[in-house]
Amino acid sequence: MTRRESARDFLRRFARNKGAVVGSGIVAIVVLVALLAPLVHPQSPWDMVQRPFLPPFTQEGVPFGTDTLGRDIFAGILYGAQISLLVGLVSTLVALSIGVTIGALAGYYGGLIDDALMRTTEFFQTIPNFALAIVLVAIFQPSITSVIVAIGVVSWPPVARLVRGEFLSLRSREFVQAARVIGQSNRTIITSQILPNTVSPIIVMASLMIAQAILLESALSFLGLGDPNTMSWGYMIGAARTVLRQAWWMSFFPGVAILLTVLALNLVGEGLNDALNPRLARKGR
Amino acid sequence: MAQTPSDPLIAIRNLSVSLPPGAERPYAVEDVSFDLHHNEILCVVGESGSGKSISANAVMGLLPKPHVRPTAGEIWFEGRDLLQVSEAEMQDLRGSRMGMIFQEPMTALNPLMRIGEQIAEVFDAHGAHGRRARRDKMVELLRDVGLPEPDTLGESYPFRLSGGQRQRVMIAMALALEPSVLIADEPTTALDVTTQAQILNLIKTIQAQRQMGVMFITHDFGVVAEIADRVAVMQLGKVVEIGTAEEVLNAPKHSYTRRLIAAVPNFDPPRRDPVQGTPVLSVDKLDKIYVTGRGLFTKGRRTHAAQAVSFDIRRGETLGLVGESGSGKSTVGRCIVRLLDADGGAIRFGELDFAKLTSQELRQQRKHVQMVFQDPYASLNPRRKIGRIIAEGPIAHGTSEADAMARAKDLLRLVGLDAGAAERYPHEFSGGQRQRVGIARALALDPELLVADEPVSALDVSVQAQVLDLLNDIKQRLDLALLFITHDLRVAAQVCDRIAVMKLGEIVELGDTHSVFTNPQHAYTKELLAAVPGRHWSIPEVALQAAGKARPEA
Repeated sequence: MTRRESARDFLRRFARNKGAVVGSGIVAIVVLVALLAPLVHPQSPWDMVQRPFLPPFTQEGVPFGTDTLGRDIFAGILYGAQISLLVGLVSTLVALSIGVTIGALAGYYGGLIDDALMRTTEFFQTIPNFALAIVLVAIFQPSITSVIVAIGVVSWPPVARLVRGEFLSLRSREFVQAARVIGQSNRTIITSQILPNTVSPIIVMASLMIAQAILLESALSFLGLGDPNTMSWGYMIGAARTVLRQAWWMSFFPGVAILLTVLALNLVGEGLNDALNPRLARKGR
Repeated sequence: MAQTPSDPLIAIRNLSVSLPPGAERPYAVEDVSFDLHHNEILCVVGESGSGKSISANAVMGLLPKPHVRPTAGEIWFEGRDLLQVSEAEMQDLRGSRMGMIFQEPMTALNPLMRIGEQIAEVFDAHGAHGRRARRDKMVELLRDVGLPEPDTLGESYPFRLSGGQRQRVMIAMALALEPSVLIADEPTTALDVTTQAQILNLIKTIQAQRQMGVMFITHDFGVVAEIADRVAVMQLGKVVEIGTAEEVLNAPKHSYTRRLIAAVPNFDPPRRDPVQGTPVLSVDKLDKIYVTGRGLFTKGRRTHAAQAVSFDIRRGETLGLVGESGSGKSTVGRCIVRLLDADGGAIRFGELDFAKLTSQELRQQRKHVQMVFQDPYASLNPRRKIGRIIAEGPIAHGTSEADAMARAKDLLRLVGLDAGAAERYPHEFSGGQRQRVGIARALALDPELLVADEPVSALDVSVQAQVLDLLNDIKQRLDLALLFITHDLRVAAQVCDRIAVMKLGEIVELGDTHSVFTNPQHAYTKELLAAVPGRHWSIPEVALQAAGKARPEA
C-alpha cells in the first residue's frame, strides 16, 4: 500500500462515521469565521455600534443584537472564534510537549525515573484542573499568554499517562531491542523508533484536548480571568449573566458557539479514533 | 441415510468455504472431500493459510460468519448434513457428539473459574447427569487424562496449572460427554517438546480406548509421523494428497507433499568436521538472576536464569543452544548482546570483556555481535522503510546516509531480496522475507558473531528451510560465528556444529552435534531427544530427490 492509498483508506474510514463528517464541517466553519473576522467586521468588537439591549433580528447589520453597552454580539462571536481556537491549539501544544516528554521518558526508562515522573504527574492530577488554572492565571496576571500556559500546565497529565503506556508496551517489542543492538542512542530510539508508533492515539487525544481547552478558556473568561483586551465567548456570557432574564440573546449566542465548537471537536476526535485505531490494531501485519 | 460402522464417521463432500471479498483468494477451502473413519487418527497437515483450520471449524460450525461461510458441499455426520442443521441442533452436537481442543491452552480456560466448574459447564450445557454423578464423572475424567490428584484438582484455578496440564483439562472437557469425534487444532504447538510427547501419547491412548475418530490439525510432519493413521495434505484450500500415514510419509506422490516433506529437517545430524581456530567469543561462568516481586522490605523471589554458563564459539562455527521454555537459553543470548546485563561472569571477544563495558563504550563496540530476532512481524519497525531499517546501524556508527543506503541495497541482494525492496514498508513482505531483512540488518555492522534467537520458529516449514540455508550460506561466505538458539532439535541437528543443552539455567551437556544426538550422556538430553516427535521416521528419498537435495552423509 502506498502513502496515497493509505491516506484514501484513512479518509474512507473517517467518513464512515457520519458525526465526524458533520463535526469537521463545523470545525471548518469556525476556522473560516476566525480567519475572516477582520474582513467581515473590520471594526473592533469592543466598539459601540447601536443602542444597548437591542434584540436580535430586528436591525440590519446587527443580526444577533447588542449587549448591555451597545456592542455588536455578532462581531463578538466572530472575534471570539479567533481567541477560542488560538487558546485551544496553543495550549494543547503546550500540554502535548510537556506530556509527551514526561510520558516518553517514564515509559522508556522505567524504574526510578518512571516512579519519580509518575508521582509528579499524580501530584498534578490530584489538584482539580480548574482550580489550579485559576490560581495560575491569578498569579501571573490575566493575559492571553498566562491563560494558555495555565491551561497547558493543567492538561498534560493524561497525555503523559497515555504516552507512558504506549512506550511501556512498545519498548519491549523486538524492533526496539533491535535498535538497541545496532547501537542507536536512547534519544534516537525514543524519537525515531517508538514515538512515530504512538502518534495515532496522541492525535485522537489532542483533538479532544482542544475542546477541553476551549471550555477551560471560556470558564476562565466567564470569571473575568481572561485577557482583558480580547473578546471571548466566555467573557460575553460572563458579562451578560446579570441580565440573563431581560436579554437572553446576550448569553445565548456565545453559548451556542461554545456548544457547537466543543461538540464538533469531540465528534472529530471520535472519528479520528475510529479511523486511526484499526490501523493500530493491525499494526505490524 | 442409515449408517453402519463401515460408513465414514464424518464425510466431507465438495466443501467450499468463501472468504470475504478482498482476501488473497476467493475460497479458504475449495471443493474439499475426505472422510474421517471410526477409530482412526486423521492428520490434516499443511502450511499456514492452507485452510486446514477452516475445514475443522466448518465441521464444528464455528466459522466466523457471515464473512467466512460455506458456499457449497456437504458434511455428513450421524445421518445429518451439518451444513443444513439449525444453530440450536449444532449447539447440541458440539460438546456432546463432537469435542474440540484448541492450540493455546493458556487462554482457552477462564482464569476466574475453578477447573471443576468449567468441566461441569459442559454437563450443564447438555443437561447431563445429576449433581453427584457429575462430580464422580469429573474426577474420573481428570484421572483419565492423567492429571495429579484428580479428587481435589477440580477446586483449583487454571493459573495453578502448567500449559501441559491445562491442555489435559481441555481434553477432559472435550471428552466429558464421550463424543465420537474429537477435533484437535494444533493442540501441541504451544507446548514444550517433552510435554508435547506426553499429550500426543495421551490423545493416542484415549483414542484407542474409546475408539473415537480424531481429526488432528497440524503443520508438523514429526507429529504426523508420531500419531497419524491417515494423512490429508492441504495446499491453498485444496486437498492435494490423502492416504495412509505409511504412504504419504514414505512414498509421497504429489509434488507439493514431496517438497513439504523434503523441507522437514532430518533428525539424524550429519557428521561434521570440528571447526578449528581461535574462539571469537568466550563466555565464562555467566550468571543471570531474575528477582521478582521485590518490594522495599521484601527480598523477592530469585530465579537463576543462567548459572555458571561457559562456552566458546569459533570463527565459522555454529553453536546450538537448545532447551525447553524457561531453560534460560534466550537469557544467555540476550546477555551476550547486552540486551540484558549479566550478574556475573565474562563475555570475551578476544581481549575485550563485553560484559564490563559502560553503555557509552558498548555503543561503540556493538559491531562485534549482532542479533537476529524471532518474530519477523515484531522485529521491524512498521513505520520505516526496509532500506532505512537496514541502514540505521551504520548511520548510528557515523557512516554517511548515502553510503549506508547503498550498503543496505547490497545487503538486500546478499539475503536474496530485490534492491528495490529498500523503498518499501515491512507490511508489504511475507514472514520469510522479513526474516531476510532482519538478517540483512544484523549483517550491516559486519559482526563477528551472530546471535540468532529462534530465527525460524515463526515460519512455515518450507520457508524455514530457505532461511536456514541462507543463514548457513552467509555464515560460510562471511566466515561468521553463529550462536543458534532453538527449541527445535530437528533444526539444531541440521545447522549446528556443536550443541549445548540447557536445563534450568545450566548447560547440562555440550559436545559436537553428532555425538550428542547419537550418544547423549546426560539423562535430560536423553529425555529431550526421546521426546522429539517422529524421531524414527526419516525423510524418504523420493522427497529429497524431488527437492533436488542429496541426502547428506549420515
